[in-house]
Amino acid sequence: MKKSLSMLLAGAMLVSVLAGCGGNTSSSSETGSTDESTASGTAFKVGGTAPLTGTAAIYGNAVKNGAELAAEEINAEGGDIQFEVVFEDDENNTEKAVSAYNALKDEGIQLSLGAVTSKPGEAIAPLLEEDHIFALTPSASSPANIENNDVVFQMCFSDPNQGLASADYIADQQLGTKIGIIYKSDDVYSTGILEQFKAEAQTKGLEIVAEESFMDGMDTDFSVQLNACKSAGADLLFLPIYYTPASLILTQANQMGYAPKFFGVDGMDGILTVENFDTALAEGVMLLTPFNADATDEATVNFVTKYEEKYDETPNQFAADAYDCMYAYKLALETAGCTPDMSASDLCDAMIETFPTITFTGLTGDGAGITWDSDGAVSKSPKGMIIENGAYVGMD
Amino acid sequence: MQKLKKYAASKAGRDTLISFGIVIIAFAVMQVLRSFGMVSSLLESLLVPICAYVVMAVSLNLTVGILGELSLGHAGFMSVGAFSGIVAATCLNDLVPFAPLRLALAIVVGGICAAIAGVIIGVPVLRLKGDYLAIVTLAFGEIIKNIVNVLYIGLDSAGLHFGLLQQGFTLEEGGEMIINGPMGVSGVSRISTFTSGFVLVLITLFLVLNLINSRSGRAIMAVRDNKIAADSIGISTTSYKLMAFVISAAFAGMAGTLYGLNYTTVTATKFDFNTSILILVFVVLGGLGNIWGSIIAAALLTVLPEVLREVGDFRMLIYAILLIVMMLFNNSSLKARILEKRGMKQMEKAERSGKEGA
Repeated sequence: MKKSLSMLLAGAMLVSVLAGCGGNTSSSSETGSTDESTASGTAFKVGGTAPLTGTAAIYGNAVKNGAELAAEEINAEGGDIQFEVVFEDDENNTEKAVSAYNALKDEGIQLSLGAVTSKPGEAIAPLLEEDHIFALTPSASSPANIENNDVVFQMCFSDPNQGLASADYIADQQLGTKIGIIYKSDDVYSTGILEQFKAEAQTKGLEIVAEESFMDGMDTDFSVQLNACKSAGADLLFLPIYYTPASLILTQANQMGYAPKFFGVDGMDGILTVENFDTALAEGVMLLTPFNADATDEATVNFVTKYEEKYDETPNQFAADAYDCMYAYKLALETAGCTPDMSASDLCDAMIETFPTITFTGLTGDGAGITWDSDGAVSKSPKGMIIENGAYVGMD
Repeated sequence: MQKLKKYAASKAGRDTLISFGIVIIAFAVMQVLRSFGMVSSLLESLLVPICAYVVMAVSLNLTVGILGELSLGHAGFMSVGAFSGIVAATCLNDLVPFAPLRLALAIVVGGICAAIAGVIIGVPVLRLKGDYLAIVTLAFGEIIKNIVNVLYIGLDSAGLHFGLLQQGFTLEEGGEMIINGPMGVSGVSRISTFTSGFVLVLITLFLVLNLINSRSGRAIMAVRDNKIAADSIGISTTSYKLMAFVISAAFAGMAGTLYGLNYTTVTATKFDFNTSILILVFVVLGGLGNIWGSIIAAALLTVLPEVLREVGDFRMLIYAILLIVMMLFNNSSLKARILEKRGMKQMEKAERSGKEGA
């Protein structure tokens, strides 16, 4: 009796969920069909895999939002180039990324946004090469994404590049003499930056006094790492990590009365938006980022207002990179004179030829514009920012 | 024919035939569909992982269902198999240009390495019972993950180079890093195919089912059902336990190699506690000790989340609820009644044919 009751309840649960999402899918398919009717077969289908759920969901959703916003703007302008954007969830997992990529292929994407995170990006890069589909990844920053293939280009600067730039900044501006590092040892992004940073620090004569690590699932208590850095006398902490653990490190360092200078990389961008985090603690934190949501140029202001209006949050660099990707595609497609009825393979050839020749001005580049080399690496230089009065200020 | 009928009537025979039947028919159907190009690329990409998970589930069923010991670190063996297999395949790249043979050799190496890990874990651990074994295997999975995270292996013309904690070696020109610490492996040549996965599943089934129906298998089940009674009739409980555990580990290693060589990049974090639990879910859902149940459960639960992509964000929820429903059904009186009815029908049939025969 109890069993059948529980079966009944579970069944009811299932039916209600199915009913709920049934309504949802029908509404989304409606919007899908309206998109198609406005585009009416003249839209380029662009797809990317992103961690829409799980621990990295914040980055995946930012990319999705940024790309969709850009596509909406471009479509609203009503030019020749129209976009239809689709995303599939990869949960920041290589196995799921391969499935997600294949799901996108089944949907018939013509151009790809690659993957949001590095490891899934690496996993799908050879598949893109095999299927000859061009990809411009907004944020998969490890060099392995563009190595050994012709079809993947990056919109973000690569991890080693950031390590190099960080060490140069610290040495040139004489920000610290004894450097402590806290990094995430099972993360490609973090270790990729760290390796290059250490190599460059050595040539620049910076002294690294402490090198502490943490791992996934053990990222809530940093007292051990902070104490090690403190007792080694580090006066500058280099944090090549994402902002969620970084916010905890700042809080815990404050609690133990340890006040070194903090230096972060682009993963630190977003720290001012962490919930329940006292942003006063982030005062004086330095970071490298390609994008500054408080910049006053017209393009950035326009993007930030629209984004805030639509998604009710301040965009981070992931959203900005994705936004730039869509506009870079628009520029490249216009330059190459591509039409939406071209096959993915033809588009791929055209894009490989076009991208190294164009100069793109977007949110995340500096005044000189963004260019690509034929390997797919981008020529942006990271900008140094310092947080003052709850806002980024250029460091130079 | 008569022999086959008699064989099919016995429980062991029926299970064996069903297991092989499911696998062979599924393979044949998929091959036909593929030749007509009717398989979506999504499903196509799932074929090898399904084979790997089926082997994982069958091998874990040997430990959990047949031996009756709870193992929570099965993904650890998969990890050992994956990384050792990848190293082997990379080393053999020039020596054995024929990919299927290279894959087979890598799978053997992966299986042997995982078996060695199984012996190392099994000897001290199988003296424990119940919850303790579960805790130790859980820890083992984490240890493997952490070791691979600090392991550096490179290959150049001088041979293999190893480094632990730090990359304490420099490679000659033209050398390549195989395992690069926390960055895992990248740039693996993908040599796993559906056919090779199918063959591995068949080999696994053949060996595991034969083991279960052999003298050793009966001894293992005797240990599961009553250790004291088994001891008293002269069965060496520890060695039989170890045997089942090591064989299970070896197959997990082989599955790991198959899985690892299907992707260009693999990191140790993939083989974490969640993966161990996922495989345990396959086994429990398929039924403890029920080999063909494990096959179906593994295939179904691997495909389900991908098929549910259609419904977007709700898929996690639906997946979880479907799991609950399936588990409840497995334990419900409804299923018992269905099985009872089927049993009755079969008995009637047997009786009738018996009468006719007389």
